[in-house]
Amino acid sequence: MESLLDLTISQAHNGLKNKDFSSTEITKAYLDQIKKTDGALNSYLSITEELAVEQAEAADKIIATQKEFSPLLGVPCSIKDAILVQGAPCTAASKVLENYVAPYDATVIKKLKKDGAVILGKTNLDEFAMGVSTENSAFQVTKNPHDQAHVPGGSSGGSAASVAGKQACYSLGSDTGGSIRLPASFCGVVGLNPTYGAVSRYGLIALASSLDQIGPMAKTVEDTKIVFNAISGKDALDATSVEYQFEESEISLKGLTIGVPKEYFEKGMDKEVEAIIKNAIKKAQEQGAKIQEISLPHTKYAIACYYIIVPSEASANLARYDGIKYGLSKQESKDLLSVYVQSRGEGFGAEPKRRILVGTHALSSGYYDAYYKKAQEVRGLIRQDFINAFKKVDVIFSPVSPFPAFKVAEKVDDPLSMYLVDVYTGSVKLAGLPALSLPAGKAGKLPVGLQIIGNYFEENKILSIAQQMEKLV
Amino acid sequence: MISKDQVKHIAKLARLELTEKETEKMQHDLSAILDYFNVLKKVKSQKIKTTEKTVELEKVTREDKVGEKHPGEAGDLLRLAPSTKDGYIKVKNIF
Repeated sequence: MESLLDLTISQAHNGLKNKDFSSTEITKAYLDQIKKTDGALNSYLSITEELAVEQAEAADKIIATQKEFSPLLGVPCSIKDAILVQGAPCTAASKVLENYVAPYDATVIKKLKKDGAVILGKTNLDEFAMGVSTENSAFQVTKNPHDQAHVPGGSSGGSAASVAGKQACYSLGSDTGGSIRLPASFCGVVGLNPTYGAVSRYGLIALASSLDQIGPMAKTVEDTKIVFNAISGKDALDATSVEYQFEESEISLKGLTIGVPKEYFEKGMDKEVEAIIKNAIKKAQEQGAKIQEISLPHTKYAIACYYIIVPSEASANLARYDGIKYGLSKQESKDLLSVYVQSRGEGFGAEPKRRILVGTHALSSGYYDAYYKKAQEVRGLIRQDFINAFKKVDVIFSPVSPFPAFKVAEKVDDPLSMYLVDVYTGSVKLAGLPALSLPAGKAGKLPVGLQIIGNYFEENKILSIAQQMEKLV
Repeated sequence: MISKDQVKHIAKLARLELTEKETEKMQHDLSAILDYFNVLKKVKSQKIKTTEKTVELEKVTREDKVGEKHPGEAGDLLRLAPSTKDGYIKVKNIF
């Protein structure tokens, strides 16, 4: 069954069309692979076997009678366990939601189901998507399929590992400060963080609402495009989503202007990562792209800005977990206040607690101006840096992370060093821009991703360029 | 350096119970994190407006109409509540 697991979405689609195999066969192959390998990888928090088999059988019925059908029909995927799939557990990798069963579908799930997707299960993440290694999960540590001594990146680490470990054909993750691109880079898969507003977040457990976006993680750029096309567009249930119809376009590298931010190469980057990224830039240049050094002068403030805004929003978003309507509840507490305080104290892990405290402090009277307001001002400057840059260049090339996947437990006791991992991905989010991680080479066994950043709603440009770069690196 | 009493005060505002050990660890972590934020003091941003949104949005309104719900949704939601009575979520006395 090895070969079924190697198929891309488009290859699987063609195979299903030609009746070379059935959706039930691919689905069973993936379920077997999960059973065989997930004891070591720990990508999945729950397997939705019954749902998957049912969806595969439904797909096979459509395939038997129709000649044309959605490219996603009958193709198995995994879903980050922060996205609601009706009737399936949704834990956000937190003890707070350990027994939570989703009462409805997220909009992206509704769309995938409409296209006939097969959902294999829910993948591990850092608790409430807070982290860069997936080690903050309350339940398990996911391993990097390329070297199990290393982390898969985070927070969508289970999603990335499931695709890299052939446990799913593609996955949906979510990105707040790098949570799709970083694990994609560490695990050697393609990951797209769409423009803020391009994809509905209805049914995504919120971390920081001015930043959160759902996006695809897949084996190839082509597959990423297929999934993005399926999930994007306006949704009445997410007021921040916009009218958006993805249109494929072919943009040649020849004559294209690629910006390279000088601040990203100043210090702290691993030598092998630097060589891989510079090689990718050179390859683009050989194809006729013009390389232009650009400046994003406020880069050095991005992490501080990001780690004020995210905890502030998170502290508000996580106020809903109070042991009253759902989630872990200390019913035996003596009064109402004790139910709140003790349910939250027992339910949240260390990182959510840290962020709730930082956020509450940053928003509190007397500190608001110095922290939150200041960060929102700096956010404007960071956004302006990118707006200025895109007056001169078509896309920006950069690393995703300063280094390849680090070792399990290496940074776990030092929250600040974890925060610094977001240095190249966080500022993109503060500006609300789309960006993709493309596997560009390997440092030893470990993959390294090239980040392609585009202007607002120019996913078409990013994807077209990424598709050409995919053949060159 | 933030004091232990400050950590306890913030935790109280956040309705979050912390053990003694957690309070000590958070005192250390928060101090390091808040120190790091000092880098922002170097930015001259007084003339800059705050940015809450990155993509321009018109005011989004809708008709005040009940949308479609799948059958049994109310029941599914209630089943998630730790304590219910007669189709309502039951909470402890406030006074």
